[in-house]
Amino acid sequence: MSNVRPITSQSIPSDDRAHEADHPSSLVAQFGMDQPLKLDCGVDLAPFQIAYQTYGELNADRSNAILICHALTGDQHVNNTHPVTGKPGWWDTMVGAGKPIDPDKYFIICSNVIGGCMGSTGPASLNPATGKVWGLDFPIITIPDMVRAQAMLIDRLGIATLFCVVGGSMGGMQVLQWTAAYPERVFATLAIACSTRHSAQNIAFHELGRQAVMADPDWRGGRYVDEDTHPHRGLAVARMAAHITYLSDAALHRKFGRRMQDRELPTFSFDADFQVESYLRYQGSSFVERFDANSYLYLTRAMDYFDIAADHNGVLAKAFAGIKTRFCVVSFTSDWLFPTSESRALVHALNASSARVSFAEIETDRGHDAFLLDVPEFLDISRAFLLAAGKARGLKDDGQS
Amino acid sequence: MSMQQTLPLPGVAPERTGGYRRDHLLVAEMVRPGSRVLDVGCGDGELLQLLESRGIDGRGIELSREGVNGCVAKGLAVVQGDADTDLVNYPDDAFDYVILSQTLQATRQPKVVLENLLRIGQRAIVSFPNFGFWKMRLQLLIGGHMPRTENLPASWYDTANIHFCTIKDFVELCEQINVKMERAVALDLYGRPVPLNLPWWVWNMFGEQGVFLLSRGGQGK
Repeated sequence: MSNVRPITSQSIPSDDRAHEADHPSSLVAQFGMDQPLKLDCGVDLAPFQIAYQTYGELNADRSNAILICHALTGDQHVNNTHPVTGKPGWWDTMVGAGKPIDPDKYFIICSNVIGGCMGSTGPASLNPATGKVWGLDFPIITIPDMVRAQAMLIDRLGIATLFCVVGGSMGGMQVLQWTAAYPERVFATLAIACSTRHSAQNIAFHELGRQAVMADPDWRGGRYVDEDTHPHRGLAVARMAAHITYLSDAALHRKFGRRMQDRELPTFSFDADFQVESYLRYQGSSFVERFDANSYLYLTRAMDYFDIAADHNGVLAKAFAGIKTRFCVVSFTSDWLFPTSESRALVHALNASSARVSFAEIETDRGHDAFLLDVPEFLDISRAFLLAAGKARGLKDDGQS
Repeated sequence: MSMQQTLPLPGVAPERTGGYRRDHLLVAEMVRPGSRVLDVGCGDGELLQLLESRGIDGRGIELSREGVNGCVAKGLAVVQGDADTDLVNYPDDAFDYVILSQTLQATRQPKVVLENLLRIGQRAIVSFPNFGFWKMRLQLLIGGHMPRTENLPASWYDTANIHFCTIKDFVELCEQINVKMERAVALDLYGRPVPLNLPWWVWNMFGEQGVFLLSRGGQGK
């Protein structure tokens, strides 16, 4: 935490990030005018592109493909060095050799969501009609839109049925949407720390984040790229507020307590006296270097609109009626963003649909972020579920069928 | 009622036949093939696995995360939950059978649990330790202590079993809430079934535990 900067200093988003929006350091699937993405808002988006990464090999039967859906600020770089930050893949506890999702066994796909800023078409991409960055001209997208785009990618890769769709948080929402929209294309799902609908409290936190971005004078009504500014302060504040919701009181206390940052006594100022302040400022300022502010608005909005039951006359069980997919639902005791009660509501609906569902609540004080961390009980059950589902799928230990 | 199975209580190493616990085989024998079963308190999923091997579509509820993990590793569909709080969330008639093995006496509301079992399932299979067993009576009568046995070793102050009952009590509860007893097996100290033609009080005295196959009663009593 030595590279802490106050968020009032210029944390310029890197040129690398801006470049990634249209020219990602990953695989890209391009869809032309003849293959529009039909969005829930009524717009046909064309052309568009999906940036994605794959790891491992597809077996002869094409039966070992796992799709990983990333969370709000994640991307396709699940198991390789990030091209902008230089950090390891975002899910290195779950994905990798010897890990529950092992590229030696499975063909792993992870795509940047539509509306993202790491190479899939979104508000940070160039609008071919104007030659300028889309900005707020980009249509509003939803979780079902993200999944529709992923399904087009999976078609392009020639995969009829995914062995498993896996994701946490917003990724978990996509997992559930996959099973509701394409039940016959999903053999198994691992839905982690998520919900079938975004709660009022979570919408409230997202609104706080969006208002922080939009209150920054450098946001310029969303046209900051054209005007050569960047709402880094607003976006950093949004990230700081959101980051608190990913942790827990106990985790913050354990990590920071009331300890001072590089000082013994309070300075009687608004400096970052406490370690926790300094940590949050670091989280905020490092985030703006890798994320687009408008993309943050769009993706938080997509989560807000998510409500599977609403698409099925308000009855959640109808969304999963007759489904054959094997479900594993996992929640964490200290997650107050997507609390266990929301996972239980999902499990009850799945039970009412006679779906094949397992559910475990993992005891941890690490909050919502636990799904990204080294929590052995969570990784154990994920591994156990995938192995047993693989057996039912006819996969051998080496991923061959 | 000629079976010679023993129904071991928790803490006693169960006898095995062909790799399966004998009490599980007894329960499995009560379940019609091809049916849907919910095992409440399914532990590590051994019974569910036996049922699924017989073409039965099984689901489980288990309190401990370790148990759930073991079940998931076996490819079973098991939800972490509690009989007292989670049964209410299951829809009516969701299963052909709901199994509650050696757990009724540990629930907060045995009557509500029993009613839920037969709301969720067409039939229920319930087993429980019989507190009317002669050894239990003797300990209270002669020793003046709350009974403790090798199968139920906990003291009164730290036992999870808060609602003990006798076979007679259980039969009365079934009658009270209009539950039909389709089949009953009481097992004596040696794991032998107490003969069927003997009166209830004999079962209640010499049965160490009871296993009941229940269904919903008809209109009225």
